[in-house]
Amino acid sequence: MTTGHGNGEAMTTSHGNGETMTTPVTVYVPRDSAALSVGADQVAAAIQREAALAGRPVEVVRNGSRGMLWLEPLVEVETARGRIGYGPVDPDEVAGLVAAGLLDGADHELNQGVVEELPWLRDQTRICFARVGVTDPLSPQDYVAHGGLAGLRRALDLTPAEVVAEVTESGLRGRGGAGFPAGIKWKTVLDTPGPLKFVCCNADEGDSGTFADRMLMEGDPFTLIEGMTIAAHAVGASEGYLYVRSEYPDAVRTLRQAIDIARAQGWLGERILGSELTFDLFVRVGAGAYICGEETAMLESLEGKRGMVRAKPPIPAITGLFGKPTVVNNVLTLGSVPAILANGAAAYRDLGVERSRGTQVFQLAGNIARGGVFETAFGITLHDLIYTYGGGTRTGRPLRAVQVGGPLGQYLPAANLDLPMDYEAFAAADAMLGHGGIVVFDDTVDMASMARFAMEFCAEESCGKCTPCRVGAVRGVEVIDRIVAGEDPDGNLALLGDLCELMTEGSLCAMGGLTPNPVRSALLHFPDDFTARYEEARRP
Amino acid sequence: MAVDSPDASVKDRVRALVAAHRGDRGALLPILHRIQAEFGWIDQQVVPVLAAELNLSRADVHGVITFYTDFRSEPAGRTTVKLCRAEACQSVGAEKVVAHAEQVLGIKVGQTTPDGSVTLEQVFCLGNCALGPAAQVNGRVVGRLDPRRLDALLVTETVNS
Repeated sequence: MTTGHGNGEAMTTSHGNGETMTTPVTVYVPRDSAALSVGADQVAAAIQREAALAGRPVEVVRNGSRGMLWLEPLVEVETARGRIGYGPVDPDEVAGLVAAGLLDGADHELNQGVVEELPWLRDQTRICFARVGVTDPLSPQDYVAHGGLAGLRRALDLTPAEVVAEVTESGLRGRGGAGFPAGIKWKTVLDTPGPLKFVCCNADEGDSGTFADRMLMEGDPFTLIEGMTIAAHAVGASEGYLYVRSEYPDAVRTLRQAIDIARAQGWLGERILGSELTFDLFVRVGAGAYICGEETAMLESLEGKRGMVRAKPPIPAITGLFGKPTVVNNVLTLGSVPAILANGAAAYRDLGVERSRGTQVFQLAGNIARGGVFETAFGITLHDLIYTYGGGTRTGRPLRAVQVGGPLGQYLPAANLDLPMDYEAFAAADAMLGHGGIVVFDDTVDMASMARFAMEFCAEESCGKCTPCRVGAVRGVEVIDRIVAGEDPDGNLALLGDLCELMTEGSLCAMGGLTPNPVRSALLHFPDDFTARYEEARRP
Repeated sequence: MAVDSPDASVKDRVRALVAAHRGDRGALLPILHRIQAEFGWIDQQVVPVLAAELNLSRADVHGVITFYTDFRSEPAGRTTVKLCRAEACQSVGAEKVVAHAEQVLGIKVGQTTPDGSVTLEQVFCLGNCALGPAAQVNGRVVGRLDPRRLDALLVTETVNS
């Protein structure tokens, strides 16, 4: 089948001036940087070119990514049946695809069918990511047409205390990793008097295996702006900062454009949406320091200083940015707030399990056949995510280890994947859900080298303020090297155990405090990786 | 001494950049980003100028510049290749790409080729963890990298730059 849908006629309209022209076909090509990394810009240009050669008017919309990253670049064509997806599209294949009837949604080996009916998307509960991939991220019309601003409008009709209560009742917990209840944090800021308060969004998404913050910033920035504006109303803040890592230049550009558009629309600035609320927002770019994802280091960096961790207390909610009461939340936390306000706390709280309420945007990464973002209620098992949706390893080799929660999360062996994805179940299994990033490794991984890397990374990225982290990480690398080399393994394993305990108990923040997680879990589940080499060497 | 008498034009430019951020809170990082964008690196001679303009000590300014890996103390090559070495990219062979890059360029991570054409750097996560190994080449993210694709990129990028 090449054309055959016959909607060419249906798309011809007559204009008032007597000219007849064909209504352009809407084609979506993502602008998300993951899509760009595999040629989305070239694909978009090729579609414009080939459509022009074929005499077919097209309107190419640069949407966010649907999050099915193995299909990127995923081209979608608007048809009477819905949006038909083609992917992954190589720029060199576009001419052939257009000739084969891509603009009419024709069959092709790359045709994935109606995108919203694909099991991967159909089985998700998209709240935070509802618009990502669907809309043009920088179109205020699209934003409003797809439910944008409903949360802010409702919030502005409520008192600040009522907004805080709504967020508290929703059960929303901080999505940055620690899982602290957002409503309680907001209440502390609201109850702390002061003429100047801040809302800061921690968009320093430095954990390997996490990219949902980036995708939301690039794919639906107005949601984040709306969430921060609601937070400002709730706590009485007048100024907000988005601290974005410099490794995300596309997100920085998109956010800056979105903020300019929001100001022009009256969604930021003075008397927002005609209310008494005045709030403005600024993007600040990090400079390549992982530690600035720690909230107090981020505040120091925002103040123009070295990103050195602060001792807590005082907590940022009371003594935060420039010493003022400050809300610090992660991108996904703030991005979930508009929907909570729009649909009510109960609708959000009804999702999830135990004390993990609502949805989490899980990220499947590393050696995975079908990687991407999967937003669903807490409680889905790790096994389901990795096998049912992720399709197992990319290499097709047996899965050996999974790291959940970023570089500071534990390594889990293939036998432990029945864990439900919720904060408490992970804590009970001596693991950490963190930001919901899942990195898969096949059986070629050497876990001793991953443990060594965890210490090496900590040594590289430590801010240097506390000794357990600054010195401990360096000593950790050395001790692991001695164990692997077969130098007094029992003595050195005991020493490594002591060192891990000291770092856990004595570090000022999560950097040094959690680095032992990957090290100890690798030792616990994969002890042979640490000793096999010298044992082999000792054999005659 | 050079540090005490910076080039007049550099001094003027730095002062203008500071002036552009005069109303911003805690503006040192944005200013440093602007200086690096304009000059390609951060020369020691801007430290006393910034210190005087922002009413900070030289030690404070120096401390900030040296804390953050982005701020360069010497100019980079015409093409900058940042290879991701974080866990997700390691799981799909990032270290092979790093080894290949070091071999074909004849330099180690953190160095610039003697002809000044390529600077090779490591980075920990570019947020492209489902399409690794990832890299950032002259500011643009590249996914599904392998030695062959890296070779092709090095050719096109070094010709363009």
